[in-house]
Amino acid sequence: MAKVLIRDLNKMYDEVHAVKNVNLAIGDREFVVLVGPSGCGKTTTLRMVAGLEDITSGQISIDGSVVNDLAPMDRDIAMVFQNYALYPHMSVHDNMAFGLKMRKFEKPEIERRVRQAADILGIQALLARKPRQLSGGQRQRVALGRAIVRNPRVFLFDEPLSNLDAALRVQMRVELKRLHERLETTAIYVTHDQVEAMTLGDRVVVMKDGVVQQVGAPLELYQRPANRFVAGFIGSPAMNFVSASVAAADGGLWFESPGLRLKVPPAKTDALRRYSGQRVVLGLRPETLRPANGADPAEYTFDSKVEVVEPLGSEILLNVRVGETPIVARVDPATRVKVHEAVRLAFDPAGVHCFDAASEAAI
Amino acid sequence: MIEGAKWKKWVWFYLPLGAFVFSLLFPFYWMAVTTVRPDGELYRPWNHPLYSPFWTAHPTFDHIKNLVQETLFNQWMWNTMLIAAAATLISLVCGVFAGYALARLKFRYAGLLGTAIFITYLVPQTLLFIPLADIIREYRLGDTPWALILTYPTFLIPFCTWLMMGYFKTIPKELEECARIDGAARWQAMIYIIFPIAVPGILSAGIFAFTLSWNEFIYALVFLSSPEQKTVPVGVVSELIRGDVFFWGPLMAGALIGSIPVAIVYSFFVEYYVTGMTGSVKG
Repeated sequence: MAKVLIRDLNKMYDEVHAVKNVNLAIGDREFVVLVGPSGCGKTTTLRMVAGLEDITSGQISIDGSVVNDLAPMDRDIAMVFQNYALYPHMSVHDNMAFGLKMRKFEKPEIERRVRQAADILGIQALLARKPRQLSGGQRQRVALGRAIVRNPRVFLFDEPLSNLDAALRVQMRVELKRLHERLETTAIYVTHDQVEAMTLGDRVVVMKDGVVQQVGAPLELYQRPANRFVAGFIGSPAMNFVSASVAAADGGLWFESPGLRLKVPPAKTDALRRYSGQRVVLGLRPETLRPANGADPAEYTFDSKVEVVEPLGSEILLNVRVGETPIVARVDPATRVKVHEAVRLAFDPAGVHCFDAASEAAI
Repeated sequence: MIEGAKWKKWVWFYLPLGAFVFSLLFPFYWMAVTTVRPDGELYRPWNHPLYSPFWTAHPTFDHIKNLVQETLFNQWMWNTMLIAAAATLISLVCGVFAGYALARLKFRYAGLLGTAIFITYLVPQTLLFIPLADIIREYRLGDTPWALILTYPTFLIPFCTWLMMGYFKTIPKELEECARIDGAARWQAMIYIIFPIAVPGILSAGIFAFTLSWNEFIYALVFLSSPEQKTVPVGVVSELIRGDVFFWGPLMAGALIGSIPVAIVYSFFVEYYVTGMTGSVKG
């Protein structure tokens, strides 16, 4: 039960400015995910909230009180680490009880809480074992158990699922979500995996080079990315980018690029008018592309040449080339196309994104 | 492992291994045989018809009896044990804390300090005993066990510090961070989490330090003079070689008995010792 407020947070290592002016208000019981490529400052931000890194400048407060100078133990938080950090010389039971013992809880209370956490996570049978006798998924559960017995104000997760294999990761992702709903504790979760971010987060914070790029609900990031980086980072396969110039002709605006001439959708016309004669970056999501049929208006279709076909069962990924630009289209599995064939693709004009070529901000 | 024909395994594996084991164990065998060989056999010239250097027909415990009764061997054993144990304890305590600090705490010149400690280890004892002798005299510690208990750490602490520093670095720092979030102060995280995990490393450092002190010769030779203060290596050599007369039987008996405690310590902790040398257990 806690609000976390991060204000103008900065972290400088000797030469590197790892976190730059991060501002973030995390609401009570909210699940916020920090996502970004490695080295973007997300883990450093989390570690500053935990008290494991000094804050160069700025302020972090939990429930209204500034915690900048509080030791990690006094912040009433719990953290789950990427490598689980289970104490190898202690049994599962003692691993979970350690934090409570340190905080001088009564023995019956410790037992009650450890049992309860073990019940929630389904690890009752493992309590006597040592960490090295556990599988990856079991260790993950113990690490979670150690966090929840303390009943902290805030949970911090540092890429907790990245050491698990793909199938287990999906399963644990669901369990984490369920656990959060049950415990209703504020959580900050760091990951480099945008799927994890989208599925777990109430809100997602996209970071790059120490700077927050955009904060928003998962679908908001997907539908209205603030810049080219967010657009390319969220969504799989990644958004296609085509460098195009904007030209006025025939009473409308057109995107022009070698092998491509597309009409600017009506919704974007006003915003793009001042870019007339300049270059912009056109963004098309693979899932908005499909093979054209006769009914599609010509100004929203283009010709391409198929280079690679990746049938995935539920869908087909077509790697095509338009002029010099490679484009990926996610199409219906019933589509019949062959390598080296020409295919005409159509798209939904409402799904077109445009970015300033210089600032990369969304237009 | 070597694959292929059986003879290849023999030629490339068992034979070299056998030769290695033989050359390592032969001195011990020689010590043992000499210890139980009567004087008559021991000083028999090589061209005597009954000359048998590798075997004895009439084993005897005379030399051991002689060693124990005629010399202060028991006293030497006790001295050596006391000095080695005390020096090891001091060095281990200092080395563990210093190693932890150098591996984990961020402070200015930590790297420089680590290197400086290492360099002191490289100063040869044969040079260092000269200034140390002066200090020992100044503090009137000569001919007391303290002369060795306080000087052995000069080479044991750097050694233990470096060994422990390397070991602490193999322990993931997340364990400690997690403990600190869990509610432990740094010293509690150190004592409840890091030290128990570092037990193999601590034991290896201890075994090494103990062996080095047990076998040390130069300082013991220089700083101790009266027979009842001596350690085994010095006592055996100085009391059982009189001029150019070597009392081979008691000498070898002393060497053999003197090496037993070290052998026991090694065999007892060998499992820990190996993990200590190869890094900690992963989470």
